[in-house]
Amino acid sequence: METLERILADHPFFRALPPAHLGVVVGCAANRRFASGELVIRAGEEANEFFLLREGKVALEAAAPGRPPIVIQTLGAGEVLGWSWLVPPYHWKFDAIALAPVRAIALDGKCLRGKCEADPALGYELLKRFALVMEQRLQATRLQLLDVYGTPR
Amino acid sequence: MNAAPATPSMLTRPTRIRRVGRESAETFTLELDVPDAPPFAPGQFNMLYVFGVGEVAISLSGDPARRGTYVHTTRAVGTVTRAMQRLRRGGAIGVRGPFGTGWPVVPARGGDVVLVAGGIGLAPLRPVLYAVAARRADFGKVVLLYGARTPDDVLYGRELERWRTRHDVQVEVTVDRGSRDWHGNVGVVTTLVPRASFDPACTTAMLCGPEIMMRFAAQELAVHGVPAERIHVSLERNMKCALGWCGHCQLGPEFVCKDGPVFPYPRVARALLTREL
Repeated sequence: METLERILADHPFFRALPPAHLGVVVGCAANRRFASGELVIRAGEEANEFFLLREGKVALEAAAPGRPPIVIQTLGAGEVLGWSWLVPPYHWKFDAIALAPVRAIALDGKCLRGKCEADPALGYELLKRFALVMEQRLQATRLQLLDVYGTPR
Repeated sequence: MNAAPATPSMLTRPTRIRRVGRESAETFTLELDVPDAPPFAPGQFNMLYVFGVGEVAISLSGDPARRGTYVHTTRAVGTVTRAMQRLRRGGAIGVRGPFGTGWPVVPARGGDVVLVAGGIGLAPLRPVLYAVAARRADFGKVVLLYGARTPDDVLYGRELERWRTRHDVQVEVTVDRGSRDWHGNVGVVTTLVPRASFDPACTTAMLCGPEIMMRFAAQELAVHGVPAERIHVSLERNMKCALGWCGHCQLGPEFVCKDGPVFPYPRVARALLTREL
């Protein structure tokens, strides 16, 4: 049987996480599904969780008045959605919408924050992993801003 | 100083335009009727001359097995390519070539092939797809990762769909700026690398697009374990003679027209970071 612990251990984000830490994290995890078109997170709302995507595709969007939402990035299987649960004031900055049926593991951010405070080694391990994700997203955003395919002026 | 010897390579050959295709607002494809066309290797380029305007280097983007035809896809960005965009079926254009080095299609046999294209950079890589498909059993996994600016800028859209429906080629397309109408990926092309399925140790990677994109894509592939010497890039410089005589396209010790345009990445990586070059 596919246990939550096994699923977490197989997800790229938690790959090679020490078993002791994995055992703590799994206590904050739950399976979640989203239908195509369903809102996964909404900008401005409290960010109490993050998601390890296992299947499907999610679009990160910014709503803008008088125009369609602007898609900033799409995320798929093996990727992580959401780090606002980690940074005060713990509110989502963007919307995320399922572009296809999504299977994910939701991790309770409040629960994890408490466990990280109690166990700095776990906290540091998680921060290192999120720092890597943030660095990759920052680099990707910088490349997007460069508009490298645009016509040189 | 000795004058360079006259060779047929300096002579442009008047050629008839068989077909003009519009790919996007700025991008178009010319199909040229060249009955005795010398064969070309994927990655090579021709010098195309718009009579009375000027000559530019444009990569070959058609099927190398299709004789008697040269296909060129380009973007109207300068005086010559804008004039080229105004040419019509039945019109004439001058052709010299093919020139330059090709992609390492034959050395890639026996392993996986990852193509990373950005923008108009898909055009010089398209012949690789044709060549690989023609001898598909000789290769392992074949992956095409393609990034464009917007959905409207995606090149060869219908053809990409056909490639995608093949079960032996993984095609991933992403755009920098998406919309709700676009159901594909949004993000830079480097973000597709972790989603691709290939064995890094036996992968040959071929990259074509803006140099910044190629630099980051090469780094990403290296992070995922592709040996640096198996990463190849196609460079674009101010090619004039296409024979290594004039020096306009010099990049450090290399002449891009003659020693390239396809290079193993480690051979040009340093030069690409040198601001004066």
